Amino acid sequence: MIYADNAATTKMSAAAVKTMISLAEEAWGNPSSLYSHGQQAKEVLEKARADIAAVIGAEPREIYFTSGGSEADNQAIISAAAEGRKKGKMHIVSSAFEHHAVLHTLEKLRKEGFEITLLDVHTNGLIIPAEAEKAIREDTCLVTVMYANNEIGTIQPIKELGEICRKRNVTFHVDAVQAVGNIPVNVVSDNIDMLSASAHKFHGPKGTGFLYAKKGIRLTNLIEGGAQERGKRAGTENVPSIAAMAEALREENAKMGKKAAYLTKIRDKIINGLSEIPHSALNGDLQKRLPGNVNFCFEGIEGESLLLLLDDRGICASSGSACTSGSLDPSHVLLAIGRVHDVAHGSLRLSIGEDITDGDADYIIKSVKEVVEYLRGFSPIWRDLINGKKEFIL
Amino acid sequence: MALYSEKVMDHFRNPRNVGIIEDANGIGEVGNAKCGDIMKMYLKIEDGIVKDVKFETFGCGSAIASSSMATEMIKGKPVSEVKQLTNKAVAEALDGLPDYKMHCSVLAEEAIKLALEDYQKRTGEEI
Repeated sequence: MIYADNAATTKMSAAAVKTMISLAEEAWGNPSSLYSHGQQAKEVLEKARADIAAVIGAEPREIYFTSGGSEADNQAIISAAAEGRKKGKMHIVSSAFEHHAVLHTLEKLRKEGFEITLLDVHTNGLIIPAEAEKAIREDTCLVTVMYANNEIGTIQPIKELGEICRKRNVTFHVDAVQAVGNIPVNVVSDNIDMLSASAHKFHGPKGTGFLYAKKGIRLTNLIEGGAQERGKRAGTENVPSIAAMAEALREENAKMGKKAAYLTKIRDKIINGLSEIPHSALNGDLQKRLPGNVNFCFEGIEGESLLLLLDDRGICASSGSACTSGSLDPSHVLLAIGRVHDVAHGSLRLSIGEDITDGDADYIIKSVKEVVEYLRGFSPIWRDLINGKKEFIL
Repeated sequence: MALYSEKVMDHFRNPRNVGIIEDANGIGEVGNAKCGDIMKMYLKIEDGIVKDVKFETFGCGSAIASSSMATEMIKGKPVSEVKQLTNKAVAEALDGLPDYKMHCSVLAEEAIKLALEDYQKRTGEEI
């Protein structure tokens, strides 16, 4: 099996699994208990907090453990909105292709009276900082933008956006779920006030993540019931998972440069190979993208059938077609970068990990080429396109 | 559990009656690219019998499987019987489809009905 869906989830690293199991056996005490067995768990928890903080340039007390990226996104946005409401600032700036953890939270706030401006992400999948600056108003309480897009992998100009927010005195939240562990993220140099991350995207366990909130940022509780996490997130901490997350992040961070260089090489090989398919197009900027992300649209075919046939060949990938999302519309990300429905249905995302070999890349290219050609062979759209009854879009 | 039944996967992996009929006398096309499904059925009807049938489909696994199964169900059958074909029968023959994929079987039924209408228009024959 070639696993090329690391943007969906990653396999836990061996060290993270080992950490999780050994701590489940040894440090199962409640970190809130005062006896030494509880305090031992507390030590493990605080070490994990310090390790994670160090990786992203934060202070340990600025890290709040959550159930994952979605919870962190929800809490960050709800918190900034609550502060904004107090000051009569009820405008939020975001982008059109954020993750639904952000977009759905913003939609909820819109119904409560907030005004939301979604920045254009243009055909290359990138925000233009000047447009963000223009969108910020006197009553803007929050700018929330993702570090890297989960579907097309484009990396936003976070540092510049952060500078603008600092200058305009607006809270800046970054959904960094796809970035942390893959590319350098530093909350100080990137001027970030709040940041969300999820362990299972960087070879840690599922159900665990964290929210970074800069000292001085007031958080609103989503879950009440205890003094854990400085009183901002109740619930007995999942110590083994949190420690495994810290272990995974330390590992990924230590090898980041080498891993990124290797993945970029393989990524570009796959992009070059798939570009040879006629009437296809890469989605998202070629340069400013995650090292492991490949995303294409192929005209005349539908994504789900492509995925099923790739699965038959042992390749795990994903698509932004409506059929794979269970809705009638294809991916909002592809629509946001201007892909029309017809071609957005024929998309393929490959998010590769460091276990991929050069031979795997050859096999992926060959397989995708064959499957696309096969499906086009009995696609009525493709027939109309090649017979000139319809005009090619790509 | 797999997404689809073995039957669906079989018809998806090895679709029957794929292609076009150059001298078809009934053609029906349904769906649109915007929704991500287009199905086109070609019928060759002779003496009130569907002598040949072929299809082309742009769509997901269940759309391709539904087209394939539907063509098998009508090939060699009298038109009077073919026009009774329901989407439910197609879905059942495939050992079921997930709820949100039932519309794929509807497309197959509609494409065949449209092809029969086209045949009626071309020949003026009452069916």
